[in-house]
Amino acid sequence: MEALLQLAIFFTLLALGYLFGRRAESKHYKSIREREEQLRYLVVLNQRFPPPDMLSHRTDMVTGNVVISVDYFKTVVAGLRNLVGGNLNSYESLLDRARREAILRMQEQAALRGAEAVINLKFETSRIAGNSAKGIGSVEVLAYGTALTHPDK
Amino acid sequence: MLISNIEVIPNMRVVRHLGLVQGSTVRAKHAGKDIMAGFKNIFGGELGAYTELLQESRDEAVARMSEQARAIGANAVINVRFSTSAIAAGASEILAYGTAVEVAETGR
Repeated sequence: MEALLQLAIFFTLLALGYLFGRRAESKHYKSIREREEQLRYLVVLNQRFPPPDMLSHRTDMVTGNVVISVDYFKTVVAGLRNLVGGNLNSYESLLDRARREAILRMQEQAALRGAEAVINLKFETSRIAGNSAKGIGSVEVLAYGTALTHPDK
Repeated sequence: MLISNIEVIPNMRVVRHLGLVQGSTVRAKHAGKDIMAGFKNIFGGELGAYTELLQESRDEAVARMSEQARAIGANAVINVRFSTSAIAAGASEILAYGTAVEVAETGR
């Protein structure tokens, strides 16, 4: 009886994770794509020196960070994948979302200053343990760079 | 105080190098937020409280770094880098480090 109850809890969590997790992911991807389209004009580069035509621009450091949590379904799928090896698709999309979101937030901050470009982009990824000892609980991604603003702005 | 993560700042010239400066902070969220995060691990999605926490601690680390730079007479910190590590469950250390310099306008 007890085993049955545990099994029921497991499947409920799995279903909840699947439903809510998928909905959250598709909603997030939609918003990411929309905002990326809007901020397309703001170039983000990872080169260290400003482009030649922006040599007299003002510089400001801009950052954007986001913490995204996995859902239960992803954790279970990744756990199964660990047995056979291969690509962990469920985590790949998680990190992809986090990274794009972090860049977007950084771009939004730069856009507020009226910047034209962001150079020397760096990423920093860390795992937040939280209270889940197993698997990756949640990931934090930080994107930071230098925003170049026209001196007259 | 000018904070930048590039080495060469447009319109500025480095007059004096003052060496490495750093600032760090270790923070944890209270247990209630940790429990909420535990629930989020089932449903997925963004952890707003943690995003905020880490942003605050990063600002704190940068503030400590610039404090250190000011104390040795710098007016800018260039080539700033961030580093994060989880040192215990629910706590993370954030480090900001860079080169303290004195810059002057080139007057172009």
